[in-house]
This record gives sequence, C-alpha cells and structure tokens, in this order.
Amino acid sequence: MNISKLFSVRTMADVWDSDLVYSFKKSRVTVIAAIVTLMIIAASLTAPWIAPHDPFDVATLSLMDSELPPFWVDGGDPRFLLGTDNQGRDVFSVILYGSRISLAVGFISVVLAMAFGICFGLLSGYFGGVIDAVFMRIADIMLSFPTILVALLVSGIVRGVLPREMHENAALVVLVFAIAVTTWVQYARTVRGSTMVERNREYVMAARLVGRNPFAIIFRHIFPNVLGPVLVIATINLAMAILIEATLSFLGVGMPPTNPSLGTLIRVGNEFLFSGVWWVVIFPSLTLVMLVLAVNLLGDWLRDALNPKLR
Amino acid sequence: MMNNRNADTAPLLEVRDLSIAFDTRRGLLRAVDGMSFKLVPGEILGVVGESGAGKSLTGAAIIGLLEPPGHVSGGEIHFEGTRIDNFSREQMRQMRGKKIGAIFQDPLTSLNPLLTIERQLVETIQTHLNLDSGEARQRAIELLTEVGIPAPEKRIDHYPHQFSGGMRQRVVIALAICAQPKLIIADEPTTALDVSIQAQIIALLKKMCREHGTAVMLITHDMGVIAETCDRVAVMYSGRLAEIGPVHQVVKEPRHPYTRGLMGSIPAIGTGSERLTQIKGAMPRLKDIPPGCAFHPRCSEVMERCSSIKPIPVEINDSEVACLLYEKGT
Amino acid sequence: MNDLMRENSGVPLLSMRGVKKYFDISPPFLNRVLERKPIQHLRAVDGLDLDIPRGTTFSLVGESGCGKSTVAKLVVGLYRATEGSISFEGVDVTGMPAGKPLALRQRMQMIFQDPYASLNPRWRVRDIIAEPLRSFGLRRSRSEELNEVGRLLDLVGLNAQDGEKYPHEFSGGQRQRISIARAIASNPDFLVCDEPTSALDVSVQAQILNLMKELQEELGLTYLFISHDLAVVNFMSEWIGVMYLGRIVEVGLARYVFAGPQHPYTQLLLETIPDITMQKRDREPVAGEVPNPINPPSGCTFHPRCPHADERCRSELPILAAGASGIMVACHAVHEGRLSVYSAG
Repeated sequence: MNISKLFSVRTMADVWDSDLVYSFKKSRVTVIAAIVTLMIIAASLTAPWIAPHDPFDVATLSLMDSELPPFWVDGGDPRFLLGTDNQGRDVFSVILYGSRISLAVGFISVVLAMAFGICFGLLSGYFGGVIDAVFMRIADIMLSFPTILVALLVSGIVRGVLPREMHENAALVVLVFAIAVTTWVQYARTVRGSTMVERNREYVMAARLVGRNPFAIIFRHIFPNVLGPVLVIATINLAMAILIEATLSFLGVGMPPTNPSLGTLIRVGNEFLFSGVWWVVIFPSLTLVMLVLAVNLLGDWLRDALNPKLR
Repeated sequence: MMNNRNADTAPLLEVRDLSIAFDTRRGLLRAVDGMSFKLVPGEILGVVGESGAGKSLTGAAIIGLLEPPGHVSGGEIHFEGTRIDNFSREQMRQMRGKKIGAIFQDPLTSLNPLLTIERQLVETIQTHLNLDSGEARQRAIELLTEVGIPAPEKRIDHYPHQFSGGMRQRVVIALAICAQPKLIIADEPTTALDVSIQAQIIALLKKMCREHGTAVMLITHDMGVIAETCDRVAVMYSGRLAEIGPVHQVVKEPRHPYTRGLMGSIPAIGTGSERLTQIKGAMPRLKDIPPGCAFHPRCSEVMERCSSIKPIPVEINDSEVACLLYEKGT
Repeated sequence: MNDLMRENSGVPLLSMRGVKKYFDISPPFLNRVLERKPIQHLRAVDGLDLDIPRGTTFSLVGESGCGKSTVAKLVVGLYRATEGSISFEGVDVTGMPAGKPLALRQRMQMIFQDPYASLNPRWRVRDIIAEPLRSFGLRRSRSEELNEVGRLLDLVGLNAQDGEKYPHEFSGGQRQRISIARAIASNPDFLVCDEPTSALDVSVQAQILNLMKELQEELGLTYLFISHDLAVVNFMSEWIGVMYLGRIVEVGLARYVFAGPQHPYTQLLLETIPDITMQKRDREPVAGEVPNPINPPSGCTFHPRCPHADERCRSELPILAAGASGIMVACHAVHEGRLSVYSAG
C-alpha cells in the first residue's frame, strides 16, 4: 500500500500542499517535537558509530575513570561528556545505546499490537454475530490484565522454562510480547467501531455486488478507511510503550544491566543518587522525558489534524 | 395586490449589499457577494438556489448565527429601520425569538432531546413574555393547538423523540412563533419531511403568516415549495442575486438565463418531455468563481461583456434581474 | 400478472412473487425472558408482486418507510427475502447473496443514492470503475482495462484523464456519473437505481436523468427506479408501482396512473406534491402521517388516513386486482365501485 492510496494524494507535491502538512508546518510546537524525536531516533540508530566509547567493551573500561562528573563540573573529563558510572562507563554512550533499546521495544510492540488489533477489529466488525461476540469477550478479558502483572507473569514463566544463560537474551522478546499483549485491545475496539460503520456504506455494497469475497472487501476497501484513528492511537501508544518498558526495567523485570534500556539505566543510577553521583540517573531520565513528551505532542497534533470536525 | 405593497410600505427587513466571507488558508473566499433585497411586513419571500449558492448563509447572517470563520465582510442589514448586522451578541440574543424567529431543517436537532416540550416552550415563552409558569404553560398549550398537535394537554409533557418528524416540525414552528416575532427565517423547513407532511407544514406556515401577520423568509432549493407558498422569490447563484420578483413572474416567465435553465430542468407531471433542459457544467466552487457574471461560462446567451462586467440588478416593473441582457440601453 | 405487461414482452426480465422481508428487532434474549417482551418484527416488505418487462423503466414510488429501498436490496441480493421468490430472466435467484452467481449478477447492477458514500474515498476512479471488470474477469490485460475505463468515463460525460483522480475531487453530480460508469462496466441488462438523484441539486439532477435515459436507449437497459419524487418518476418511467407500508397499492402504466390515480393514497400523493404550475395554491392537505411500520394498522394499512374507509377496510387486507385502464389496485372501495373512477387520458 503506497502513501498515495493512504492519503488520497496524487503526487508528492500534493502531499506537501495538503491540509495535513499545512497544519504541521503551522504548529511550532509540533515541528520542534518532531525534530526532537527524529534526533533521538537518529542518534540511537547511529549509536555504534557516533558513541564516543563502547560501554560494553570491558577491555576499554577502566576503574580509574569511574564516577567522573559531567565535563562542565569540577573534576570532569572532556572525554566523558556526561560523566561516568561506577564502572567507568561513559554515560552519554550508554544513553545512546539505551535509547536504542527503548525505541526498539516501543516500536516493535506497537507494530505487533497494531497488526493483531487491526485484524481482530476488522474481522469482528465485519462479520459480527458469533465471531464478534467471542472476539470481544476475549478483548474484555485482556483488558482486565494490567501490563505490569502480565509482564511479571510472562517473565516468570520464561525464566522458569529457559536455562539461566538465555534469560538476558529473552528479555527483549518478553518485554515486547507483554506490552503488545496488553495494548492490542485499543486498536481492536476502535477498528471494530469504524468497520461497523464502513460496512454499511454504499461502496462496500457495490463491492459485494460485483462478487468480491469478504476478505478482499475487508482488506482492500475497509482497511484503508479505518486507518486514520489507528495511527493516532499508535503514536500515543508509542510513548506509553516506552514508559511501560522503562517501568518494567526499573522494577527489575525488563532489560538487564548488561543490555540496558533507559529504564534500566535509571534503576542502576538511582542507587548512586544518595552518594552524590547524580549524573548517572538524571541524564537518562531527562532523555526519557524528552522522548516521551515529544512523541506525545506528535500524537496530539496528529489526532487534531486528522479530526474532520476541527477543520 | 401583494406586489404594490413593496412600493408603499416601509420594509421590515432591508439587506443592502451584503457580503459574507470566509478566511481560509487560500485567502478570503466570498460566499455571498452583494446581496440586496427587502421584505415588507406580512410577506413571504422565498430565497431559492442550489447548494452552495449562499442562501442559508444569508439567513444565518440576518439572525446573527453565522459560524466563524464566516463573517459579514460588507454591506448592512436593517430590521425595522435599525441596523442590526453590527449588534453585539447580547443585543442579537435579545432580538432572536422576540423579533426574529427561526426554523431549521432538522427537527431532531432543533429540539433538546433531554427536555420535555413543555420545558422548552415555557422557557422560550418566559424569556420573551412576562408570564408566570402557569400562564406560560397555558399559552404553550394554546400554541400547540394552533399548530395542529392533537391532544396538546397530554403531549406537552412528552419528549421530542416521542413525536414523529412532522409533529416535531410543528413544535419547532410553535417555538418560533411563541413570542410573536415579526419575521421568521425558515431554512429548508420541509426538506427532511415526506411529501404529504410537507404539504401540511407549508399550509401551516401560510396560516400562521396570515393570522399573525408574520413575514417569512423561506430558504429552500425546492422550487415547487416556493411556487406554493411565496409571494415573492429571490433566486441566488454563486452568492449573488440573479433575479427577484413576484412568484408568478419568476416561475412562469423567468428572465435570468439561470432561472430559465432552472425552471426547465424541473420535471413536472403533465409535461410529457423526452429530455429535461440541462444547464451544462456546475455551479463553481467558491475559489473558482469566474470574473464578471458568475454564470457566464454556463450561459446559453452569453455575450462578450459578460466575462468582464459583473451585472448589477436592474429594475423591471416589480422585479429585478442581474443580467447584462437587460441593461438599459441593450 | 398484468395482461398489459404480458402483451408487451415475453418473459419479464425481473419477477417477484409474494416477497416478504421481515427484520427482527426484538429486544435481546435476556430482556425478552426477564421482562416478558415479545419478539418484534419490522415488516419492511409484506407481500410484493411485480414484473418488469425488458427494456422498460419500472418505478417504485412511496414515502419513507414504505419499503422501496428494501425491495431494491432484495432484488440484487444484499438482503435475503424472508418469504417469496425472485427470478431474473426466468432463473430463480431467491436466496442468492449479492454477487452470486457471478455470471448472473454481472447482468444486474445498482446505483445508489448517496454520491459521497458510494465511491471508496481511498481508491482512484479508474480502480473503482475497473473493479467489476476485474472481478467478473472481463478484461485480460492492464491496457485493455484502461482503455475500457476511458471509454466508460467518456460515455458518462467525463474525461479519460479523470480516472487518475480521487472521488473527493469531484462534485456530487460527477460522482454519480462515476457510479453509473461503474454500474455499466460489466455490460449489465438490468440496473437497480435507488433514488439516484435525490441527493442532487435540481439542475444536476436534470443532467443525470437525461444521461440515464440516453444510456437506456444506447445500451438497451432495463431500470428498476426507486424514488419518492413523482415528477421524476413521471419523466423516467413507463411503469409505476406505488408502495405503502411494504405493499404495492397501485401499479400500472405511468401515464394512466398519473392521469387517473385510483387508490386513495396515490391520489393523496399527487395532490400534495408542490405544484410548479401553481394551480392548487390554497388547497387543504389531507391530515395524518405514515404510521409506524412496526405496528401497522389492521386490515388495509391506509385506512386511518382514508376518507373512504369502512368496516371491511379496517379488518380485511385488500389484494391487488384489476381496476380501470389496466391498472392494478389494492382497494376495497375501488373494487366495490364506491369510488368514482377517473377516466384515463
């Protein structure tokens, strides 16, 4: 599905000229939010190349460099821009790698939840009847599980099943799965509602009249028309997913310190706070806040821009 | 008889060169451009035009319910000799209901679904007349009887959803006339109703008009309703006045080429034709209004000058036509 | 069914016998059991017979709630009939869903009322029009398809280049043209038109009606034309059926029915249409409204509004039987000779 089908525009010039882009350009807050998000994404993607140090290469670490403050503070070292932790790891580099994990978990879980939720919602909304009743009861059940508990549960099961060496590798998968499993319901609900509306529209009747089978109608006709609200939810959910991951990691059931995400860094850094080593927890926290705020603002703009009533 | 009243009586409503514009990112779009007409007391004026012609906007501007970003960008509206287009919201609110009433298309949304008919009627009555709640309820029941609601003492305590579409519209009419306004703006009051109910509502409007001496500005796209109801009719095209005159003249002997095309394209029972007159093309979008006469690209009698000169309404007997074919000296 | 119709052509293109469509609008199961509420049915269509001869236009006319839109959907299979039979060219299609069987449904298509909802806003016009071609396997290659789409656009008064655009770039009238192009893409014999011009301005309506008449002649189409507008029906059709609360109350050649309506409801309809010629400006309209189709009146459902209703009308349902000028009427008063019959012409 190319972009022109999604937004009914003929050429890239039309995209640039469209109402969506216009409202984007007009809102300075949104533009700044977009720039911040893009910067963090870019930085984390290029982490292996732009990070001044590799915080996971034990050979390069030296205890002599441990607990150095950021470079602008007395005692700081310009080699370690934002200081180091108790093992001599450069905080700036660690944040770059950590953001990577946070973003990866966020994106993948959102994409998974979206795919599953959209399919569920489309089938439920189109066929109605028993299928709808069953699917919706499943959804209701899922909604009653809080994400944290599900993550703990899944994590516990995985740890019990897998041998010790594999625990750390499995952490990412467990996280993504736990978040996806508890957030897909939102998409399913919204898509189901929109599908039920679109199903009765005349263009769907026309498609039935030329003998198209239900799945062709669902995925080629209805799906493009229910996508709008889903994108809004996805953007806002991205911020939420990142936060949930951070929370889980902070609680100790997320990413391990050997492959930390921003949440893990905050947990680890928290332990040093009272000994006066503030930079190990503050900088990852700030990064997390900036990222989540930026993504949320983007989601707000998208929701208002796609809302036909506000135009 | 009706026609001569225009010349002698002071107009109840006078719209002079009214323009309504919208601020959009593509610039200022003129939805109504230089509309001028008068309404005398007790007269029923029809304002007819196709969708987008600007007739609803004109009605909304008169009653002060123009939604932003639409705004009056030029001209004046005078009611009973006083200029009202520059009234504050509070002043307009006091005029509404008491001096100028309104009836809209959708009776479902005109009535508050959460309040009984009695609450809504009594509230409106007490806003404009000095009556206590017992007297107001009595007056409300009288009004419901007048508009033809059966068993009004019982039905007054019902909710809007308990009435059918036609009955709801009758209640809306009752609401509109309860404070005895001098003018009622009716915007497509019968469009959402079945044909047989439509006839009843039109008859009711006419009866209210005659008995209370209320003037009505009836906005619609349905020429048949106009022919049945109105004394005079104004035809709008692309936000401008094309033609205005006594209903017999405009319907039977239209002067403006657009009106002629419009009348020809209406199928009528009894005329056995193989083809309906059709006007090629469609009414232009607001941003694509051509220079000169807005109708000229579709006009079968277009002249060279029509693409550059914007026609001004010319008086012929009791009518006016905005067409260069009728310019003095042509 | 109708001698006049049988004279005109052989097997009618479309036939419906005793068709009923009841919608179940009962409260949910639990409510019914706990509150002892009854099962309720909405009788949208309650016993319909009609024949449409090939090459003609048959109009179904009535006000809201009479069931005419339901009939349209029953014919093409969007709804399944509760009872009765529908046959197309002698082949029984009752119970066949929309689009099946493919070969047969290719020959009947539909045009809808709402020009904004009948085209998928996310599809280009050429894909919208090509969909029937692809689905019915009518064109092999991409270029053949594009040529055909261009030809169809041209036929309905648009340009081949318009295929590249999206529906929102067109006006209401143009969208209906696109709908028509899509409907005739599979070269059908029969088109069901569900109020195709009700949402259009009067001058645009004239263009579309003229177009539909031209296409009928050029392509030899048969129309089932649904409308609430008697003047439009008068212009478009040879045959007219007047519906009231799910039944046909009068059916016959349009020119006879308009000249001499026999059923009191038809007379009411003709009386109440706003008249451009302004001959009846100050008449008194008949009182009453269309009753709720969930609880229709007993006997002849029109009796509460009928000036000629008697005891028999209140208890016994009238059946369609021949009246004057070959028109079929369902009215006791007419068959008993109680009404003065207009002479046709």
